[in-house]
Amino acid sequence: MSATIGKRAGSIVTFFFVVLLALIMNSHRALSMSNEDCLECHGDEDITREADDSSVYVNAEVLAKSVHGEEECVSCHQDADTEDEHPPKLKRVNCAECHDDIGAVYEKSIHGKARSRGDALAPYCSSCHGTHDILPPKNPKSTVYVTNIPITCGRCHREGSPMTKTHDDIDQHNVLKNFSMSMHGKGLLKDGLIVAAVCTSCHTSHNVRPHTDPESTTNPKNVAKTCMHCHANIENTHRKVIRKSLWEKEPHKIPSCIECHQPHEQSKIGYQGKLSDAYCLKCHSNPNLVMPDEEGGVKSLYVDTDEYDEFRGTLHKKNKIACVKCHSNMDSARDPVCKGSGPVDCSACHPQQSDVYAKSIHGKLLAELDPNAPGCTDCHGKHNNMSKANPDSPINPINIPNLCGACHQEGKKAAVRRKGGEQKIVATYSMSIHGKGLVKSGLLVSATCASCHTGHSILPPADAQSTVNRNHLSDTCESCHYGVARKIQQSIHNPPFGADTSRFPICSDCHSAHGAARVSEAAFRKQQANECAKCHQEQVETYRESYHGKASMLAGGERAAQCSDCHGSHTILAATDPDSTLAGPNAVKTCRKCHPGANLSFTTYRTHATHGDKKRNPDMYYAFWSMTSLLLGTFSLFGLHTLLWFPRSFKERMKMIRKAREQKR
Amino acid sequence: MSKTETVYVQRFNVFARVLHLTVIISFLTLALTGMALKFADEPWAGAIASFFGSFRVLGVLHRIGAVLTFGYFFIHFILIYQNWRKSDKSFVSFVFDKTIGMVPNLQDAREIGQTIKWFVGKGPRPRYGRWTYWEKFDYFAVFWGVAVIGLTGLCLWFPTWVTHYIPGSWLNIATIIHSDEALLATGFIFTIHFFNTHIRPEKWPLDRVIFTGSVTLEELKHERPREYEMLVREGRLDDVIVDRPPTWLVIFAYVFGFTALTIGMGLVFLIMYTIFQRTFG
Repeated sequence: MSATIGKRAGSIVTFFFVVLLALIMNSHRALSMSNEDCLECHGDEDITREADDSSVYVNAEVLAKSVHGEEECVSCHQDADTEDEHPPKLKRVNCAECHDDIGAVYEKSIHGKARSRGDALAPYCSSCHGTHDILPPKNPKSTVYVTNIPITCGRCHREGSPMTKTHDDIDQHNVLKNFSMSMHGKGLLKDGLIVAAVCTSCHTSHNVRPHTDPESTTNPKNVAKTCMHCHANIENTHRKVIRKSLWEKEPHKIPSCIECHQPHEQSKIGYQGKLSDAYCLKCHSNPNLVMPDEEGGVKSLYVDTDEYDEFRGTLHKKNKIACVKCHSNMDSARDPVCKGSGPVDCSACHPQQSDVYAKSIHGKLLAELDPNAPGCTDCHGKHNNMSKANPDSPINPINIPNLCGACHQEGKKAAVRRKGGEQKIVATYSMSIHGKGLVKSGLLVSATCASCHTGHSILPPADAQSTVNRNHLSDTCESCHYGVARKIQQSIHNPPFGADTSRFPICSDCHSAHGAARVSEAAFRKQQANECAKCHQEQVETYRESYHGKASMLAGGERAAQCSDCHGSHTILAATDPDSTLAGPNAVKTCRKCHPGANLSFTTYRTHATHGDKKRNPDMYYAFWSMTSLLLGTFSLFGLHTLLWFPRSFKERMKMIRKAREQKR
Repeated sequence: MSKTETVYVQRFNVFARVLHLTVIISFLTLALTGMALKFADEPWAGAIASFFGSFRVLGVLHRIGAVLTFGYFFIHFILIYQNWRKSDKSFVSFVFDKTIGMVPNLQDAREIGQTIKWFVGKGPRPRYGRWTYWEKFDYFAVFWGVAVIGLTGLCLWFPTWVTHYIPGSWLNIATIIHSDEALLATGFIFTIHFFNTHIRPEKWPLDRVIFTGSVTLEELKHERPREYEMLVREGRLDDVIVDRPPTWLVIFAYVFGFTALTIGMGLVFLIMYTIFQRTFG
């Protein structure tokens, strides 16, 4: 009951408003034609225009159910409001009479402009909304109901329609088909989600503009905002790919949504037309294209397409990344659009690498505007940047030493800043086991500069965060030499918990960093005692008084027993440790490596004993001094004998000479 | 006195000379290779090792020198045996013979006293016989040296074998004895022996007798009057008179002798310099 009353009351109110509105708008004259008058003729299903025989029948029922059901015919068809017969061809209904705000927007849209230009295919209000059958957009039967929008728009924007056939300036094709295959289209058509985006969600209903128009919701600058109507907080999802802060502050630095998520489909075609690669190459394929640089010279802007070619393994080209994706700072207000677009900011797509790089010595120096600091492209190349797996890539392991060496060499860029320290790093490296492994044996698993120093987070060893810092170096080596690291953990050289780690050796204390040699190599073996002497000075000195130590100092000395031959290397333990290579029966085994017949008695030879240590080696002390006394005694006796003899002998010689002379005479 | 009138008397037979040649070669080899190891941290020692290529080559040469030494040491007894057979004496009286034997006797003690007096101008030149006391010392020094250095050297050569009988810790002692006795031998030969035999002004610059084997009769009369008189008394002077040494032998004597002298003195200079530097530097 109450519902009926409510409905009736609503109708009455609506009626009064409509009458009031009509009175205000047509206050200058009274309506003379009623709907009944119109339907007298137009209610006949067979009524046609005289001119073209087209039907002018109006279905009164449909009209009554439409949004304008309560309206008078002549409210819209004003020129039919005559006492006499109305003109044979009425003017087109001007919806803006009532919907003036929408009309104003429409006039500026691509549709409105086309209409002003007299484009016969330009849509009117009725093209989308219908005429007498207009239903509210929430009504599922409305042509502009969300599920019907693609069909309504598709009437013109489908392949093969008169509009698409004649308007070849629209760079999107198969829009309807592509949309229906897209995430949005599938959501709408397959899953029946009325919240899925349709044409108007992005392009708007009345304010449809080309994407080149800066005011357009689909202009690259506005796309993010448009998408974020639905995809609010999308920056959180993309934080790994795109720096979050850029969404708000510098949206032009990030690629717009549609550069990855194609507007109507999921293929990777990108913007066809004005900002396609072909568009860029119209100018940039010219080898003579230059721009003035800061120093008054010129800078080539030529892009060698042969170099930047997917078949050459160029990484970005292989992934079909358009020019504008990196050179994103394009502006249609400029001519050319790329003018003053500035350098490429790789951080838009590579934020993690960029963050790490910014903290590195290279990044810091670049931030200080050091002209010698390398940026992304100095190592990765510009257009020819390739995967490191590609042997032609400058960051392929094979090429890394030369790449780094281009600056890190005497007289080169990095050496300008560095004072002291190793200068011939690359030369030293190329002679090391790592360098030989890489260059001579072609082993890609050999450590290159980047293996230890990392690619992006390079820091000087003094920096606590550096991978080659004293506290981290062993971990860095461990990333390849894991087995060795495990052995060291069992050895005496592993710092116990809480110990001062600076008193324990790290890898580079024994194996020099850049010149790390194969341990069996003569150079390494001859250097060994020097490395151990850094901490075990006394032991090395006494070793050098032994046969092994003395022999090791001579040519071929690498064949003599070195520290590690007896003590072991990574598994080294204190000689007092029962598991050590020098404890009891182990010592016999150790000595037998070189002295096959060695027994336990043999192992009592004191390798580090000296005659100088009377307390520990009294026998050696006395043996030495007995021998020395014998020596001194003998030499004193005969030295004196000689000293006395010499003048006498001299005189004798003179006598002989004189005698010989006398005999001659 | 013309050249044709010069009479040469044999002092060393071929056997003795070849033996001493072996001594020179083996001793120089042992000294060079051994001292290079003993003073391994000196640049000159490194140069010696580098010249031969490796310390292992030094080791091989040193062992070859050792084998030669043991060789001449035992062959020398053949020489003694030969001389004994020639002498028609009992072995004991041959060994302790006062005229041509090597064993020191009272006459030597007297000559030491006379020599000192002569040195200081308080007496005439002693009338030395076939062997002077310093020559006898040299002779027995080799006995002592070969025994001491040889035995300890064998311990170091075959350490795994000897440690079946002696503890390994004794090898440390063997090393000291071997090394210091070698220093004594090297030092003695390259200074005292060289001076006594070649460098002293009367003999300067080289006494070639050990290579040519003969001295002039004049020299014999002057240097070893007691021997000369003995030969005359026993009527054996004509037996020992020999031809003038062939020119090639004389040339060899000087070339070889100077080479050995140079090497020996060079080495002893380096050793003395090193010891001086370490002690006072």
